[in-house]
Amino acid sequence: MSGKLIGRSVTRLEDPPLLTGAGRFAADVSFPHQLHMRIVRSSYAHARLLAINTKQARALPGVYAVWTAGDVAHVPPIDFRLTRVDGLEHYRQHVLATDRLRYVGEPVAAVFADDPYVAEDAADLVEVDAEELTPLLRADQEPGEFAPARRTEPAIVHKEYGDVDAAFRAAHTVITLDLAIGRHSGVPLETRGAIARHDRARDVLELHGAAKVPHWNRDQIARMLGRAPASVQLYEGHVGGGFGIRGELYPEDLLVCVAALAFGRPVKWIEDRREHLIAANHSRQQTHHVHAAVDAAGRILAIDNAFFHDQGAYVRTHAATVPDLAAAMLPGPYRVPAYRAVGHIRLTNKTPCGTYRAPGRFESTFVRERVLDAIAAQLKIDPIEVRRRNLIGASEMPFRRPLDTLGTEIVLDSGDYARLLDRTLKAIQWDGVRQQLEARRRAGEFVGAGIALFVEKSGLGPFDQVHVTVDTSGAVEVVTGAASVGQGVETVIAQICGEVLGVNYTKIRVVHGQTDRIAHGLGAFASRVTVMTGEATRIAASKVRAKAIETAAELLQAPADALDIVDGRVVRAGVAVGPSIALGDIARALAPTANPRPREPGLSAEGWFHANHMTYPYGVHVAVVAIDRDTGAVGVERYLVAYDIGRAVNPMLVEGQIVGGFVQGLGGALFEEFLYDERGEPICVTFADYLMPSAREAPRTEVLITEDAPSPLNALGVKGAGEGGANAVGAALAAAIDDAIGRPGAVTQLPITPRRLRELLRES
Amino acid sequence: MSDKRDITLTVNNRSYSIRVEPRRTLVDAIREDCGQTGTHIGCEHGVCGACTVLVDGAPVRACLMFAVQAANKEIRTVEGLGSVDNLNPLQRAFMEHHALQCGFCTPGFLMLVTGVLEREPDIGDDELIDVLASNLCRCTGYQNIIKAVRAVAHDMRQARSNASA
Ligand code: FES
Ligand code: FES
Repeated sequence: MSGKLIGRSVTRLEDPPLLTGAGRFAADVSFPHQLHMRIVRSSYAHARLLAINTKQARALPGVYAVWTAGDVAHVPPIDFRLTRVDGLEHYRQHVLATDRLRYVGEPVAAVFADDPYVAEDAADLVEVDAEELTPLLRADQEPGEFAPARRTEPAIVHKEYGDVDAAFRAAHTVITLDLAIGRHSGVPLETRGAIARHDRARDVLELHGAAKVPHWNRDQIARMLGRAPASVQLYEGHVGGGFGIRGELYPEDLLVCVAALAFGRPVKWIEDRREHLIAANHSRQQTHHVHAAVDAAGRILAIDNAFFHDQGAYVRTHAATVPDLAAAMLPGPYRVPAYRAVGHIRLTNKTPCGTYRAPGRFESTFVRERVLDAIAAQLKIDPIEVRRRNLIGASEMPFRRPLDTLGTEIVLDSGDYARLLDRTLKAIQWDGVRQQLEARRRAGEFVGAGIALFVEKSGLGPFDQVHVTVDTSGAVEVVTGAASVGQGVETVIAQICGEVLGVNYTKIRVVHGQTDRIAHGLGAFASRVTVMTGEATRIAASKVRAKAIETAAELLQAPADALDIVDGRVVRAGVAVGPSIALGDIARALAPTANPRPREPGLSAEGWFHANHMTYPYGVHVAVVAIDRDTGAVGVERYLVAYDIGRAVNPMLVEGQIVGGFVQGLGGALFEEFLYDERGEPICVTFADYLMPSAREAPRTEVLITEDAPSPLNALGVKGAGEGGANAVGAALAAAIDDAIGRPGAVTQLPITPRRLRELLRES
Repeated sequence: MSDKRDITLTVNNRSYSIRVEPRRTLVDAIREDCGQTGTHIGCEHGVCGACTVLVDGAPVRACLMFAVQAANKEIRTVEGLGSVDNLNPLQRAFMEHHALQCGFCTPGFLMLVTGVLEREPDIGDDELIDVLASNLCRCTGYQNIIKAVRAVAHDMRQARSNASA
């Protein structure tokens, strides 16, 4: 199938191997003579490390080595990938703990053995002697000491524009809220894994099980180990879910590399679930103290927000990314003439944090939309009307918000927010829903509806590079430095390439995440792939198309502008029969040995796309809930996500992203929370205590994908679709629950667990 | 560490003579000793269902069973369903309804559903959700898995009523 492919819900290229057990996930990669690594982890939240006794472990048959910090003293701490802020560098994590233990789960020693069971047995024999210190568990308390002369507040994110103080002096009303978002994370179903192998024949260090940002990790590993980048290669296989946390550079990735070089044997590490829940990045935990100045009509004059970001024990690769995004994206779709955000980055004795789908936005959308609901309640204006009065108008686009994030200025590229709000209310029949709920409430039921609006960001640059090659069989290969975390990259890129080139998308092989196939790549994060890689693919495919047609014009003795490419053959446009030539034959005619010799051999081209600004999709969530008064359980009766992404390359996949993101958001809003006891011991270390939604908890979701506001920043008009499903779930459910229990502003904390809800019900 | 035992595992009608410690889990034996890596490990705790296989026709969490307990039983894994060029109806329904994203949970869901529909072809829509709720998926939000499975259950009922008509 060629012709129109962009915009069609074709089935995925990725599926057949995954459906037949042929996928290659990290644990599926093995090499002869490999060693298995097992990490010994701190059982202390905060302690001074006195001694580590590895004698018994080393004596166990099958154990090859046991390492502690001294064995990796030459490896520097892991550096930042994004949002570097001065002062954070002293808070980076070493691959093995040196003198202090700062969270339960921190790597203390590494055991290497012939067999993973033996490695685990040996790890149990490693004795860690430590002197327990008082843990710091709350980010909004007085800062403590991280290390001598270093406080647990390494930096403050400060963003501001307009005259905030004047706005508050002029305010008709001031809204003040204290809000909290719970600690939870992406928790992909595949745990992390890393397999390193030193190919001594070529002196190449290979790391398998890579994800998300293989090129950046390649360069970092090379730098940290003092090797040339070309002698380190990363290979992405199948990836069992990313969501922000997987693929960042972690201590274990370095350890397998260093060990493989030292031992001359491949080294494999596969994380278990308990480790994952205490060692892979957590996310989201923040407390906000927000003030809003409003006029008599409910229009926001200014927002002043101070918040505390619980970073956990170390600052990892994301540096200040999450608090920076929270501060920058908080104003959302509203005008907000003056704004100040002061975000305190605070270290605590808990698992270090990074990004999770819609980082900083799940949090700040909850805060902002709680503010809008509070304005509505206080001034007795309908919540929808309050939002309308504050929305940025379509005629104001592009709208420059005097803030920056991720190294880009925020310029909302396009959008008609009010129109999407109208379309959403119409789709769910808002007035009818309100009336029904009213009637049910009169009959004694606890039911309610809530709405939340948001702006997302996507398509982070600054570049993407793609190679497109047609071989002599007519097969097409697209090589990109992007990565796939299971979101359908191959299909989407093949659709774009196939439409431009006139080739069936199933004939297109998309290669990603292989550092030895392409020099540069930024990977998959910030919903960037469809926008950036998509556009680079379009550019490269257009060049290949032009070259094919130019060559065919000579071979067919026809004017180039009379030719088209259909199903992989160059034909006369609009003519059913007549001479034609297959792309494979054109590739043959362009072989370096062909006669006559081609000007530039090969039916291939490179595409580069650069972008300095992000694209900004936007959406609306609507929740209808029923509350069980006895149990405090929240039943989600209806949930609608409306999302304008400019243009959907594959609506079926976009819808899949939205529904999947929504259910993750639902988890964070109602169930999932990493809890700690007063000694800093994590309580949620299995799937029995960290509660992710199952098919029972996941309601049917209504999805409205709109294309009202194509992005002016790329030719296809696309914006990323990955994060809008999660963004506003906490906000919309909070509003719906307030409505159901008849107490505006009751919900101030996520997740809204049954226990917390029962407390709220008791208070009312 | 402990003595190893010689056992025979029958996976998708093929016998594997393997030598395992008594503590070796069935899922490790299937993956590492029999080389069938389509069965995945998500928790090793009996909660996520990524390791679901059929043992004598019944869905089993292969992380909770020891390999020695499965000796001489009929084990079926995802590799025994249709092939890439010839997907079976359940696999095809998963593809058509976009019931997988990363695909890590998929083999577990396919085996769970295969086992349940073979034993209870008339299972109701609501019971089906209870069955599906025993496995975890972190990507899809479940809606498309439910759609795919309902479609297959429906087609199977249709085919049977046509056959008996
Ligand atoms: S791995 Fe067996 S249930 Fe999760
Ligand atoms: S598709 Fe990724 S866990 Fe189910």
